[in-house]
Amino acid sequence: MQPIAFLQWLEKTPLALLVSQSIFGFSALDMIHIAAISVVFGMIAVVDLRLLGVASKDCAVTDICRQALPWTWVAFGIAALTGVLMFMGQSVKYYNNYAFRMKVLLMVLAGINMLVFHYITYRGVAKWDRAGIPMSARLAGAVSLACWIAVVAYGRWTAYYMF
Amino acid sequence: MAELAQWLTTLPLSQVLRRMAWLFPLLQTVHILSIAMMLSSVIMISLRLWGVSRAQAIAALGHRYMPWIWTSLIVVTVTGIVLIVGNPRSLRDPALQVKLWLMVPAIATTLVLAVALRGEARWQKNTRARGMMGLAAAATLVLWLGVTFAGRGRWMLNLIG
Repeated sequence: MQPIAFLQWLEKTPLALLVSQSIFGFSALDMIHIAAISVVFGMIAVVDLRLLGVASKDCAVTDICRQALPWTWVAFGIAALTGVLMFMGQSVKYYNNYAFRMKVLLMVLAGINMLVFHYITYRGVAKWDRAGIPMSARLAGAVSLACWIAVVAYGRWTAYYMF
Repeated sequence: MAELAQWLTTLPLSQVLRRMAWLFPLLQTVHILSIAMMLSSVIMISLRLWGVSRAQAIAALGHRYMPWIWTSLIVVTVTGIVLIVGNPRSLRDPALQVKLWLMVPAIATTLVLAVALRGEARWQKNTRARGMMGLAAAATLVLWLGVTFAGRGRWMLNLIG
C-alpha cells in the first residue's frame, strides 16, 4: 500500500473523523499537546543541563534522572497520544508538510541519542555520578537539548505551513 | 481593550511584525521553551516539597531553580507582549484576558515559594508548615499549568457561550 493511500484511509477512520469533524476536537488536543510538550522539554532540559555540567552540579546525575524522568515519560505519553490524534485528523496534509517531517526526523534522532546514552554511556554512571562527566555524556546532553529545541521550533513551523 | 488593540495596530513595530510573518513561529518557540523551563523548575521544587525526592537540600533547590523561574517569566512576558503587538486582535480574545488574570495568583504563589525556600530553616521542623508548603507548591504548579492551557483555551470559552 502506498503511504498516501494508507494516510487517506487513516483520515477516514472513525477516530480521525472525530478529531477533524468535531468543532473543539483539534483545539482541545492542541491545548493539551502544547502543555505536555512544555513539561517534556523542561524536564529533559533539567537532565541535559546537568549532563553538560551547567546546572545542579551539587546533585548526583542519578538523582536528577530519578526525579525528572518519570514525569518526562508521563508527559511524553500525553504529548505523543494527542500528537497522533491530531495527525490522524489531517494525515495527508501533515505528511506533505516539510516542517512536520523535520519534527519527526529530529524526534527519531533524539530517540537514538537517548538509547545510546541509556544503554551504553549511562552504564558507567557510578564513575561520574558526582563529578567528572565524560565527553560522551556531555555530547548526549548537547545533542538532546539541540534536538528538542528544534522539535519545538519545527512544531510551530508545522502549524505555520498548515493554515 | 478594543481601543488598546486599535492603537497597537497603528504602531510602526506592529506593522513591521505583521510584515515579517516568520517572526511569529520564532517568537512562539522562545515563548514555549520559556514556559517549559518555568514548568519544569516548579515541578522540581514541588517534588522536593512533597517529599517525593530528598536528594537536595531545600535551600539549594531555591538557588538552583528560582533564577530560572524569574528569567523565564521575563522572557515569557517580553515575547508575549511582542506577540500581542504583532497581532493586536488577540487582545479581544477573552482567553488571553483569563490567561493574564491567572498570572496574578500564579506569580503570587511563586513569590510565596521563593520566600519560603530562602527561610526554610524556620519552618522545616514544623509538620504543619511543611504540609502548607507542599500545598503552595501544588497551587503554583496548577496555576502555571492553567496559564499554559489558557494560552490555547479560546475553544473552552466558546464551549461555555
